[in-house]
Amino acid sequence: MLQGNEAVVEGALRAGCRFFAGYPITPATEISEILSVKLPQVDGTFIQMEDEIASLGAVIGASLAGVKAMTATSGPGFSLMQENLGFAVIAEVPCVIVNVMRGGPSTGLPTSPAQGDVMQARWGTHGDHPIIVLSASTVRECYEVTIHAFNFSEKYRTPVIVLIDEVVAHMREKMTLDDEEKIEIFNRVKPTVPPEWYIPYEDTPRGIPAMANFGEGYRYHVTGLTHDIRGFPTSRPDEIGPFIARLHRKISQHFSEIQMGEFYQTEDAEITIVAYGCVARSAKRAVREAREKGIKVGLLKLTTIWPFMRSSVEKVLQSSKVLIVPEMNMGQLSREVKRVNRGIAKVITINKVDGTIITPGEIMNRITEAKS
Amino acid sequence: MAEITKLIHKYLRHDKKFPHVWCPGCGIGIMLGALIRAIDRIGYEKDEIVLVSGIGCSGRLPVYVDFNTLHTTHGRALTFATGVKLAKPSLKVIVIMGDGDAVAIGGNHFIHAARRNIDLTAIILNNSVYGMTGGQYSPTTPYGMRSTTTVYSNIEQDFKISELAVTAGAVFVGRGTVYHAKLLDSLIEKALLKKGFSVVEVISHCHTQYGRQNRLGSAVEMMEWQRDHAVAVEKAATMKPEELRDKIVIGVLVDKELPVYQDEYDKIRERAKETIRR
Ligand SMILES: Cc1ncc(C[n+]2csc(CCOP(=O)(O)OP(=O)(O)O)c2C)c(N)n1
Ligand code: SF4
Ligand SMILES: [Mg+2]
Repeated sequence: MLQGNEAVVEGALRAGCRFFAGYPITPATEISEILSVKLPQVDGTFIQMEDEIASLGAVIGASLAGVKAMTATSGPGFSLMQENLGFAVIAEVPCVIVNVMRGGPSTGLPTSPAQGDVMQARWGTHGDHPIIVLSASTVRECYEVTIHAFNFSEKYRTPVIVLIDEVVAHMREKMTLDDEEKIEIFNRVKPTVPPEWYIPYEDTPRGIPAMANFGEGYRYHVTGLTHDIRGFPTSRPDEIGPFIARLHRKISQHFSEIQMGEFYQTEDAEITIVAYGCVARSAKRAVREAREKGIKVGLLKLTTIWPFMRSSVEKVLQSSKVLIVPEMNMGQLSREVKRVNRGIAKVITINKVDGTIITPGEIMNRITEAKS
Repeated sequence: MAEITKLIHKYLRHDKKFPHVWCPGCGIGIMLGALIRAIDRIGYEKDEIVLVSGIGCSGRLPVYVDFNTLHTTHGRALTFATGVKLAKPSLKVIVIMGDGDAVAIGGNHFIHAARRNIDLTAIILNNSVYGMTGGQYSPTTPYGMRSTTTVYSNIEQDFKISELAVTAGAVFVGRGTVYHAKLLDSLIEKALLKKGFSVVEVISHCHTQYGRQNRLGSAVEMMEWQRDHAVAVEKAATMKPEELRDKIVIGVLVDKELPVYQDEYDKIRERAKETIRR
């Protein structure tokens, strides 16, 4: 039996994470505690920093030195990380940030589940930027998604955020540590050219420049200022434009590789539930109950939250006349669903922000309502 | 070309677009020279040096030199440096900060880095002002001085950066000025050679902002002020607090031994491995 937070740790170690910096916060603390034991066993490094700003700073520094690195936090700490998150985006530094969500705003509900950080994960740091955000609805997924998070961060040179619901982080489920299907581990592509030919922020067809680690002979400049292809600050529009465009393109042109989710009984569904995290579990139950009653309901479970799985929603819209979007917030991802829907189907939202989970029964009620 | 100029050129990035961003007469260039001379004397390889900075006029320093350079966010340089050093201890990590950078927005990181005794060298350019943003008061602006946000008068007391570093546990703390260039060279060299968290506070001038607002004269006049107000630590020990009020105490303030973080962490790794062997 493994806890969600424990599975995150196992996934991180399996992915090759050897550096963790963090600041304790419920409900993510177990991740710190376990890594403080396990990282030194594998010659990795754990450090408890003075706050979450420092934690992400240290993580970025470690990654630049060539070590896969992560931090874990919850809402208040995630807010503090936003500035350095933007740094990791603009300087294209791979790193993983796990946010075990709790009720907000502010100190909010430290021990209660919520999904209130979906938009903060997307837009929390200032300026236009792409981001990858993943979620998990089972303990096994905590493990797998953490591996994918490291892989994506290394592959696309970007911070990746993993949003986990408090109940998933703390639930215990049976799980073996061997992967169900072997997930290949991806490491950043390093330059192969001699140092004098290295262009650290070169525009390549894939949009992802090779990354040299500090101390390996490729001396270059890393900055949070908008920079040219050599990494030096620039204010030239003809350099700024292509740079920002590439930052977006390197994610957008790989949309299909980043999309992870599950279509559950959606082929003939007249009603489709779009859900993520622990809510997707309740939704799956509701689908089974509804099917037993002869109602054609399906579930689109989103593991990738951002970039939004637009094409998957479009696919379920081919058969469904009703979309139900249950979320433990006031309606964050449902806005995105509505944008894709553009009036095609009826979109019903279920929003709960009282610190309790959305039950299969609550979803079932809306299914019956929608049917009548 | 003078030998000293040649030396600096050996370390400058020639593919970087010059001119630099600093005002003519600014003290940051002198600090850069001192740093390069110290590095050259010790004989570090360019590849093993990581120069990390925060945001500010002083934070712009790394971009010009041919090391691994990292220009971070305002106040956070030490946190990034901590990550670099712990991830790859073989690197020599040097951190450049301004006074606002180090003890205003980054004050918390500063005291904790000192307390942890991670093997880093922090060089802080103290010009008593936020230079980059146009001359607002900083935590080191003395009481009674003017800035663009204290046009009537600064009513706050100032931090003494070096004393703060001593109290926070830094194992080496030295203070110099950009006027006393030779001393600065040796302080930086000693700090670089010291294992553990070492600090060099560099008293400098920002004649274009702070100097102008307080009618302190040109860069040269402000450097003369540094000359006239500096007192060596040894002499300061014999003086009364009243006599020292407007003085800058220069020299080595602390040089002591404490367990270094990385060495301690290596022991933790050994203990952690024993627990799995058992
Ligand atoms: C989070 C954040 N707040 C404010 C700023 C604006 N800012 C840039 S530099 C600076 C002050 C710099 O002063 P100091 O650290 O003393 O460096 P100096 O320019 O004097 O060398 C400020 C407030 C910023 N870049 N980031
Ligand atoms: S504003 Fe002041 S600190 Fe900044 S470069 Fe000019 S003189 Fe130097
Ligand atoms: Mg300053």
